[in-house]
Amino acid sequence: MTVSRESFFGPLDDVSGDAGYTEHPQRVGFFTDTSVCIGCKACEVACKEWNLLPDDGFDLLGMSFDNTGELSANSWRHVAFIEQPAPARESSPAREAAPAREADAVDLGLPSFDLPGAGTGEETRTDFRWLMSSDVCKHCTHAGCLDVCPTGALFRTEFGTVVVQEDICNGCGYCVSGCPYGVIDRREGDGRAWKCTMCYDRLGDGLEPACAKACPTDSIQFGPLDELRERARQRVETLHERGITEARLYGEDPNDGVGGDGAFFLLLDEPEVYGLPPDPVVPTRDAGSMWSRAGVAAAAFAAAAVSVFFGRSRR
Amino acid sequence: MSRSLGRMSADAAHQRTASEEEFRSYYGRRVLKEPVWEWFVPAYLFAGGLSAACAELAAGADLTRRPRLRKAARLGAFGGLGTSMYFLIADLGRPERFHHMLRVAKPSSPMSVGTWILVAYGPGVGVAAVAELLPSRLRRSRAGTLLGALARPAGLASAAVAPGVASYTAVLLSHTAVPAWNEARDRLPFVFTGSAAAAGGGFGMVCVPVDEAEPARRLAAVGAVTELVTSRQLDERLGVVSEAYRTGTAHRLRRWSEYLTAGGALGSLVAGRSRAAAVVSGLALLAGSALQRFGIFEAGVESTKDPKYVVVPQRRRVDRGEQA
Ligand code: SF4
Ligand code: SF4
Repeated sequence: MTVSRESFFGPLDDVSGDAGYTEHPQRVGFFTDTSVCIGCKACEVACKEWNLLPDDGFDLLGMSFDNTGELSANSWRHVAFIEQPAPARESSPAREAAPAREADAVDLGLPSFDLPGAGTGEETRTDFRWLMSSDVCKHCTHAGCLDVCPTGALFRTEFGTVVVQEDICNGCGYCVSGCPYGVIDRREGDGRAWKCTMCYDRLGDGLEPACAKACPTDSIQFGPLDELRERARQRVETLHERGITEARLYGEDPNDGVGGDGAFFLLLDEPEVYGLPPDPVVPTRDAGSMWSRAGVAAAAFAAAAVSVFFGRSRR
Repeated sequence: MSRSLGRMSADAAHQRTASEEEFRSYYGRRVLKEPVWEWFVPAYLFAGGLSAACAELAAGADLTRRPRLRKAARLGAFGGLGTSMYFLIADLGRPERFHHMLRVAKPSSPMSVGTWILVAYGPGVGVAAVAELLPSRLRRSRAGTLLGALARPAGLASAAVAPGVASYTAVLLSHTAVPAWNEARDRLPFVFTGSAAAAGGGFGMVCVPVDEAEPARRLAAVGAVTELVTSRQLDERLGVVSEAYRTGTAHRLRRWSEYLTAGGALGSLVAGRSRAAAVVSGLALLAGSALQRFGIFEAGVESTKDPKYVVVPQRRRVDRGEQA
């Protein structure tokens, strides 16, 4: 184990090795392909059940189908729902065929006389789209939460993931402000910090995390990170070929501000639309410069303290 | 309007270049979590800074034979440290586990570094203060003589660490994803050490008769000027996040801090002639320093509540094609 600049910023090939594991399994992660998410929230429920998470209250937030709101100490998966106008696709054959008069008509949702399943589904599409995305802790290569934790409660596992040890955490709350994604939080009434563990207990038994297991569309894919990255690249290519040019990957790039995420995403709009920061950076990037500025300030402070005792009294 | 989602992407991309206020978000919700810290933390920043500056004054007074300044400053350093330790522990979610901080030494965590700085700082401050408080009849006992002999080296040792105590807290705040604190990373150490010096000097002016308080007045003046100048930069030079400093509660607190600190600094120029003036200016400086810490804390909290402070600068960076 060597500590170098790569330990704190930039691409890092072997995160577990850098953390001190001599022998360890491959780094694993999540690839969340939001283009196939149907918003069923099976992941949220499976996570709550497996990890025995308390409820977050039963709030109706008025945000489409989202009544969870955000990731929190008690919600380690969060499905975002975004309703937005979407331009009609040029390539859509159904749209070309549809008479203009009908396209303008208001759909009252009445039952039709067509045979169920007779159409392809294309003809029912409107100038509206619904984005859904299951968010989770990113298990960053350079994790802001882990870097700042003063007790060692947060640690890097042999799988390359980031986990809090509940028997060590003293609830100082530093990780909450250290995370550039706003993921980890302190639990009310408990005082300790909680977040997704990527089902560390299940991984140890060779099982996949509960959310990935429960996802009926394979929107959440679990596996070795290298394989997931390759699969994600192919998926984006396929979507681009099909004319879905807005498909993009988020968090897969080892050259980004956190050295790449262990949990990354395929999105259909800009990250901030899903509540994700567009270009997060681990605060540790600037640790060196911050400490040297503090050093200069400390030296000036000491110099001032000494010099005030010298010189003639001007009273 | 741009904060809601009822807009097409091409449209919004257009809007964004029109004004920096235009940006997209998820129902206008915050991206980051608010700091879970409460008022204990800015109170800690103030008390810790006060303690550090007092430790410096105490060591100087000891070496230059100013017994009254020495006594007041040693007790100030001790009191400040004790209060700050209380605040630090009280703010934990599990205060009974505060000693878990001592199971690791982690250079990547400013809170861990700070813990060890305080471990190095505390004992000297304690010994010097106890020596000061020892009743005169105990001073001639064997333990009393030993304590008396230890007081100076102990005080000097803590004075050597004190600049670290006064400045590390700036890194503590800046080493976070909180936009207003992180973006202020180049300037915050100077605001904090300035604020600490102003508070310590002010404390000396309040507690010590004018003929011995000259070094306190000077330290107060130097600290106040440093704080005033660098604090202004937070309002002006941090791009979008400067707005978090210029608006709301943070702004009100910091404006009052500015008035009090400037007033106290001016007062320190005449405080050599009047004890009353010294006390009033000293109190103004103490209050100004405290309000500064609360103001900066508040600006940070605000900057996590509004997604603008996260999205706008990051989006701009992406659009310009800059690498993090
Ligand atoms: S997303 Fe936040 S909580 Fe998760 S590993 Fe990264 S810094 Fe830690
Ligand atoms: S709250 Fe717990 S996990 Fe988070 S930084 Fe503090 S000790 Fe570490």
